[in-house]
Amino acid sequence: MLDPYIPLVLMFALAFGFAAFSVAIAPLVGPRRYNKAKLDAYECGIEPSPQPVGGGGRMPVAYYLTAMMFILFDIEMVFLFPYAVSADALGLYGVVAVILFILTFGFADLYVWRRGGFDWD
Amino acid sequence: MDQRNGLGDGVTTSVLAAPEPVQAAQGAIQSNAWLIIAIPLLGAAVLLLAGRRANGWGHLLGCATVIASFGYALALFSSVGGSEQAARSLHLFSWIPVNSLQVDFGLRIDPLSLVFVLLITGVGSLIHIYSIGYMAHDQQGRTGRGNTERRRFFGYLNLFVAAMLILVLGNSFVTLYLGWEGVGLASYLLIGFWQQRPSAAGAATKAFVMNRVGDVGLALAIFLLFARLGTTQYAEVFARADELSSGTVLAIALLLLLGACGKSGQVPLQAWLPDAMEGPTPVSALIHAATMVTAGVYLIARANPLYSMTEVGQLVVAIVGAVTLLVGCVIGCAYDDIKKVLAYSTVSQIGYMMLAVGLGPAGYALGIMHLLTHGFFKAGLFLGAGSVMHGMRDEVDMRKFGGLYRYMPITFATFGLGYLALIGFPFLSGYYSKEAIIGAAFAEPGWRGWVLGGAAVLGAGLTAFYMTRLMLMTFFGERRWRNRTTSEGEEFHPHESPAVMTGPMIVLAVGSVAAGFLLTSGERLVHFLSPALGELQEGHTVLPHSVIPVLTLGLSAVGVLVAWLVVGRRRVPDTAPQRVSPVVRAARADLYGNALNRAVAVRPTVGLADGLARFDRAGVDGTVNGVASTLGALSGVLRRWQTGFVRSYAMSMLVGGVLLVAALLSVGTP
Amino acid sequence: MGVVARTGVPDRHSEVLAQQSTDMPPIAYAAVAPVLIVLVAACLGVLVEAFVPRRQRWAVQVALSLLTVVCAGAALIRHAREINTGGTTFADTVAVGPATLFLWGTLLALALGAILLIADRSIEPGGAFVAETNAASGGTASRHPADAPGAASAEVMDRASASVVGMRTEVFPLVLFSLGGMMVFCAANDLLTMFVALEVLSLPLYLLCGLARRRRLLSQEAAVKYFLLGAFASAFFLYGLALLYGYAGSVKFSDIADATAGSLRSDTLLFAGLGLVVMGLLFKGSVGPFHLWTPDVYHGAPTAVTGFMAACTKVAAFGGLLRLLHVAFRASSWEWHWVLWSVAVLSMVIGVVSGLTQRDLKRMIAYSSIAHAGFLMVGAITLTERGLSATLFYLLAYGFTTLAVFGTIGLVRTSEGEATHLSDWAGLAKRSPVVATVFTFLLLALAGIPATSGFMGKFAVFSAAFSAGMGPLVVIALLASALAAFIYLRVIVLMFFNDPAPDGPTVSVPGAFTTAAITLGVVVTLLLGLVPMLALDWASVGGFVS
Repeated sequence: MLDPYIPLVLMFALAFGFAAFSVAIAPLVGPRRYNKAKLDAYECGIEPSPQPVGGGGRMPVAYYLTAMMFILFDIEMVFLFPYAVSADALGLYGVVAVILFILTFGFADLYVWRRGGFDWD
Repeated sequence: MDQRNGLGDGVTTSVLAAPEPVQAAQGAIQSNAWLIIAIPLLGAAVLLLAGRRANGWGHLLGCATVIASFGYALALFSSVGGSEQAARSLHLFSWIPVNSLQVDFGLRIDPLSLVFVLLITGVGSLIHIYSIGYMAHDQQGRTGRGNTERRRFFGYLNLFVAAMLILVLGNSFVTLYLGWEGVGLASYLLIGFWQQRPSAAGAATKAFVMNRVGDVGLALAIFLLFARLGTTQYAEVFARADELSSGTVLAIALLLLLGACGKSGQVPLQAWLPDAMEGPTPVSALIHAATMVTAGVYLIARANPLYSMTEVGQLVVAIVGAVTLLVGCVIGCAYDDIKKVLAYSTVSQIGYMMLAVGLGPAGYALGIMHLLTHGFFKAGLFLGAGSVMHGMRDEVDMRKFGGLYRYMPITFATFGLGYLALIGFPFLSGYYSKEAIIGAAFAEPGWRGWVLGGAAVLGAGLTAFYMTRLMLMTFFGERRWRNRTTSEGEEFHPHESPAVMTGPMIVLAVGSVAAGFLLTSGERLVHFLSPALGELQEGHTVLPHSVIPVLTLGLSAVGVLVAWLVVGRRRVPDTAPQRVSPVVRAARADLYGNALNRAVAVRPTVGLADGLARFDRAGVDGTVNGVASTLGALSGVLRRWQTGFVRSYAMSMLVGGVLLVAALLSVGTP
Repeated sequence: MGVVARTGVPDRHSEVLAQQSTDMPPIAYAAVAPVLIVLVAACLGVLVEAFVPRRQRWAVQVALSLLTVVCAGAALIRHAREINTGGTTFADTVAVGPATLFLWGTLLALALGAILLIADRSIEPGGAFVAETNAASGGTASRHPADAPGAASAEVMDRASASVVGMRTEVFPLVLFSLGGMMVFCAANDLLTMFVALEVLSLPLYLLCGLARRRRLLSQEAAVKYFLLGAFASAFFLYGLALLYGYAGSVKFSDIADATAGSLRSDTLLFAGLGLVVMGLLFKGSVGPFHLWTPDVYHGAPTAVTGFMAACTKVAAFGGLLRLLHVAFRASSWEWHWVLWSVAVLSMVIGVVSGLTQRDLKRMIAYSSIAHAGFLMVGAITLTERGLSATLFYLLAYGFTTLAVFGTIGLVRTSEGEATHLSDWAGLAKRSPVVATVFTFLLLALAGIPATSGFMGKFAVFSAAFSAGMGPLVVIALLASALAAFIYLRVIVLMFFNDPAPDGPTVSVPGAFTTAAITLGVVVTLLLGLVPMLALDWASVGGFVS
C-alpha cells in the first residue's frame, strides 16, 4: 500500500544527500583566497547603507514591508501551483474560484502599488 | 396599544349590573384607566424635556397633571364603588411575549389598588400645590436658576407619581417591580435634589443602594414564582398558590419581606430613611412619609394569599414590624432635628403597619387603614415642619425654636391636629387605626399576643413622649431663637407661610381629624377592602377588650406627662447635653443602626457609610463616595493582577486555560 | 497532490478529483447575501483607497460603508421574511438559521452606529485616526519612538500626529472586513470556518486599535498587546480544534454533536479540545479570567473603535459561543456545565470588584463589560429556547447601550484629547446637563434599572436561567448586578453632585454623525426597555441550525 510513496521517499533522500554532500565537500576541495570584498556582507554590489543589526545599526522598517509582500506573493503561489496542476479536473468552478482568489489579492496589490509600497529607493 | 377588558382575571366589566348607558360610561372610564398613569408621566416628560421654555408655567402643569389624575381616580372610584366585583383587569399590551415567558402589561383595579391610587393622587395633589410655595424662594437654588430648578423638581415629582401609580395599579409582580424601581429612582433624584450639599448626595446614594439590597429579595421572589408557576400575574399566582410547596411559599414570603424592608425602612434596612430627609420637605412628606415608604406594606397586603399560607412568614413580618416600631420610637426620642424625629416616627408607624399585615387576615385591612390615616397626618406633620423651616430660614434644630405658636398660628393649629392624631388622641384618625392594630396584636394566641401587643402599647407611650417633646420644643416655651442668628449671621423672623402652603396643610389636618371616623364607621373601609384582602377576623384577645384602649390611652398620657415634665417645665439647653445615660447615647447613635448595618450589611456588600468615604477621598479629590474597605482591598489585589505586561497576561491566560481544561477533564473523564 | 499526479497514476486521481470537486456546491445566495455584500464592499473600500484622490476619500468611504450596511440589512430583512427554519450552504460550512439572522441583524445595526462614530470629524478636527506621524514635524523622536519612550517624545509625537491633516480612511474597509468576519463567525458550521472567521475579524481590529491620533504610545501598546494575546488565544483555539478533530474525525459541528452523543471515544480528547476552543472564544468575549487584555485595550484604542469592539466583538464572540454550545456540545453539557458556571461567576466577580475602584472611565466600562460577559455566560449556558432568545436579546441591548456610552465618552475633552479620568467628569451636569443626562440614562441601563433595555435583558436572561434550574447562579448574578450598580452610581453622583474643576474639560458639540450614533443607542435602549417585544419576538423565532 505504500508503493506510490517509495519513489517520493527516495527522491527526498537523494535531494537531502546532494545538499549535504555539496555543503560538506566545498570547503575541502575549493581554493581559499580571502580579500576585503570576500568578507563583505554581499560579495557583489554596494555596501548596504544602514548597517544590519550585527554591524551596529537597525534594520530599516521598509525591509519588513518587503518581507511581508514577499510572503503574500509566496502564499499566492502556494495556492496557484496546485491549482495549475489540476486545472483541467477542477473545471469551471476552479477557474471562477481561482480568479476570485487572484482578484482579492489583486486589490491588496493595487493598494500597495498606489500607496508607494513598491517604490524602493 | 390595544385595550381589551377583563383579560386574565376571569371577571369582565360586562357583568356590571348597571343599566346600559351607565354601563357604557363606566366601561369607558375603566378601560381608559391607564390615563391615570399616563397623565403624570406625560407631565414629567414635558417638564424634563421642554427646557427653559417651560420655566414660567412648569409648576402649574405639574400640579394640573396630578390633580387631573386625582379627578380621574375619583371618577373611577365612583364607577366601581358599590359593585360586587372583586377585581377588574385591564390588559394594555403584551410586554414580554416570548414563548413560555409571558408578561402582559396590564392594570388591576380592585379596592386595594383604588385606595392607594386615591391616596397617592390625593395627597400628591396637595403636596404639589404646597410645593409651589415651598420652592418659590428656594434658597439653595442660585438666583436665576431658581425657576429651572423648580421645573426640574416638579418633573421629578410627576415622575414619582407615575411610577408609584404603576406600582400599585400593575396586575403582576413584574409590573410592580417596574414601579418599584421607578419610585426608587425618583426618590434618589429627589433626595439628591439639592446637589450642592454633599450630605444630600451621600444620602441619595445610600438610599439607592440599600433599596437595591431589598430589590434583590424582590427579584428573587419573582424569579421563584416564575420558575414554579410560570406566571407572575396576581390572579393566576394566587389562584394556583396551593401548587407551591410550603418551603417555597416561605421562601417567597421572606424574600418579599426583604424587598419590603428595603423600601419601607424596616429593621435592618431602616438607616436610609432618616438620611433621606436631606431632600426638600415636600419630598419627605410625599415620598418618605405618605406613599413610597408604604409600598412595602402594600406588597405584603397584595401578596396576602401567599402569606396566609405560611404562619412562620407572617410571624416574621409581625416581629419585624414590632421591632421596627420600638426602634423607631426610641431613636425618635433622642433627636433634635425636627425632620429626623418625624422620619423615625415614620419608621415606627410603618412598623405598626407591618405588624398589622403580619397578623394575617386579622390585620391586613387594619394595616391599610393605618396606612391611610398615617398618610394624612404624617404628610400634614411634614408640611407643617416644612412651614416652620420656611419661616425659620431652613433651621431644623428644635433647640433653636420655641414659642412659635404665636407667629405661625395656622401651622401650629394644623400641626397640632396632626400631632394629636399621631399620638392617638381619642376620636382623631390615629386613635381608630392604631387602637385597632393594638387590639388585633393582643388577639394573637399565646405568648405572641403578649409580646406583640405589649410592644405596640409600649410604642404608643413612647410615641406620645417624643411627639409631645417635639411640640413643646417647637411651639411652646421660651423663644430661644431671639438672640441667635443663622450660620450666615441672619436673624430669625418667624412668619406664617403663604396661603398656597397653608391651604394643603388645612386640608390634611381636616383629613387627620375626620379620616379615622369616616373610614371606620360601619367598618366602611374594611368592607370595601374585603374583596381584595378577605374578611376581617376577630380573635379573642389575651386581655379583656375594654382594657386595651384604657391601657393605651393611659400609657400615652404618661408619655405626654413625662415629656411635659422633662421638656416643658425646664429650660431647654441650647446644645444637646453630653452627660446622658447610655440609653440616650445609643438612641442618638440610631441605636447603632448604621454601625450595625455597616458591620452586617454594608461592609461586606455595598459599603457606603460615612466613615468609609475616606477610602476614596484619597483618590478622586474626595468626590467619589466610599467603597467598602474589604472590596477595596480585593479590588486592589485584582488590580495588581493587571500589571500591564503582556508576558504576565499571557501567563495568566495559560494558567486559566490549563485550569479550564483540567476542570473539564476532571469532571468529564472518570 | 501535485507530486502524486506527476509521478504515477494521473488518470485515476484526476477522475477522483473530478468527481469530488467539479460540482459547484450550491450556494444559497439570498441567505448569505448580507455577508457577501459586506465583504465585497470591504474589497471595494481597498480599491477606493488606491484610486480615489485623498481629498474625496473620506466622503466616498463613509458613503460606501453606510450604504453597505444598509444594503446588507435590507438583504437580511428580505431573507428573514422568507425563511422558516434556515439551512446550510457553501458545502455545509455556513449555516444560516433564525438565531444567526438575529445575530447578523444585531451586528449590522451596531456596525451602523460604530461607523457613524468612526466617521465623525467634528469632535477631533480631521477625525480620530492617524497611521503615522508626520516625519517633517516629528523629527527624530517620531522616527524612533522606541529609543526614547519618555514623556517628551510622546508629547512630540502627539503634537505631531495631532497636526496631521485628514484621517486615515483605511479604517472603513478595515471595519467592514472585521464586520464580515464577525458575521461569518456567527454562522460558521465547522471549526475551521470558525477559525478563519476568527482571524478575519481579529486582524483588522488589531490594526484599528493602533490608529489613535492622541496618546499614540498608549494606542500602539494596546494594539501590540491585543495582537500578541489574540494570537496566543488563536493558538489555543487551533490546538483545541486539532484535538476535537482527533476526537470526532471531523470538524463539523453536526459530526461533533453526533460523536458526543455516542460515548465510545476518548473523552480526554473531547474535553481538552472543548476547553481550548472555548478558551479562544472566552478570550474574544473578554470573559474572566481571560479578560486581562480588555482594560488595557479599551483604554488605549481610539474611543470609536473601542465602541465598535465592545459592542460588535461581544456579539460575535457570544454568538459563536452560543452556536458552539447549542449545536455541537449540547449532549456533553452535563460535564462542562459546572466548569462554565464557575467561569461565569468568576467573570462577574472580577468585573464588578475591579470596576469599583477604577478611576478611568474607559477602564471602568471595560470592567463593566467583563461583568456583563459574566451575565451573558449565565444565558449562554442555559441551553433552553428561552435561554437562547434571552441571551440574543441581551446582546442586542447591551451592544447599543455600550456603543452610545463610548460615543458619549468621546465628547468630553481637554486640549490634550479625551478626558477619561473620573475627576474630569466631576460636575459635568452643571456644564452640560444634556450630556450628563444622556450618560446617566445609559449608565442606568448598564446597571439594569427598569424602563431600560438593560433591565429587560437581565430579567429575560436571569429568569430563563432560573427556570432551567440554576437558582444559585442567578442569586450570585443578582447580587453582582446589585453591586455593579454602585460602579455606575459613582459616576452619576460625580456628575451631578460635585462641583466642576475650574480647568475641567469642555464638552464638544457633537457633529451630525456622532449625534446620530448616540441618539440611535439611546433610543434603542429606551425602546427595548419599554417595548422589548420588538426584538424579543424576533429573537425567539427559532434556534441555530446545523
